[in-house]
Amino acid sequence: MSEPWEDEPEGPVRKFMYVNRRAPYGTIYALESLEVVLIAAAFEQDVSLVFMDDGVYQIKKGQKTEGIGVKNFSPTYRALEGYDVEKLYVEKESLESRGMTTDDLVVPVQVFDKDQLAALMEEQEVILSF
Amino acid sequence: MAMLHTVNKSPFERRTLDSCLRHAVKGSAILLIEDGVYAAFKGTVIADKVKAALSDHKVYVLGPDVSARGMDEDNLIPGLEVVDYGGFVDLVVEYDKVQSWL
Repeated sequence: MSEPWEDEPEGPVRKFMYVNRRAPYGTIYALESLEVVLIAAAFEQDVSLVFMDDGVYQIKKGQKTEGIGVKNFSPTYRALEGYDVEKLYVEKESLESRGMTTDDLVVPVQVFDKDQLAALMEEQEVILSF
Repeated sequence: MAMLHTVNKSPFERRTLDSCLRHAVKGSAILLIEDGVYAAFKGTVIADKVKAALSDHKVYVLGPDVSARGMDEDNLIPGLEVVDYGGFVDLVVEYDKVQSWL
């Protein structure tokens, strides 16, 4: 027998984009964004994540936070695939200005330049910026 | 009276480091902490500015903040010195006063 909530008619699926522009530990934005992304994923929405400006630092490999007494939440980005959040984009210009490449990142991403990202933003129905 | 300047904001997002460098007199020291540590690495658009500062200032970077952010100490701009929290305290004691550029 199916559970009652499984009989609910499916709601509309909207295109959600999360724009991450902050470094991971200096402010709470990165962690809050991750929480909200997981909520949207639970509602089976069409989720895209963008990492640009200092947001690219959120997915930098090798974070070891013991020394600052803060939880290292970077492994969670690797778990997003399990929630069918697989559209991850990084802005090319942001990576390059910080001397980084995709080899520095904990997850596979698509590298888009600013014009490609702008076009992708235009396609979205909901954009949440952190 | 030599001063210790601390910078805790990302140089890519804020102008805090620029303000600090504009007002730090020769012989004063700069300590990069929290998101300020992103200024400390080679290959960025900020690196030349920090390299130039090394001619007038000792520049330190807080190791635990570097590790937390997954940044590689081997990739630091040459001439920068890594300190731990104990070293941070030593610097505060060594210099006459501290200016925190928030």
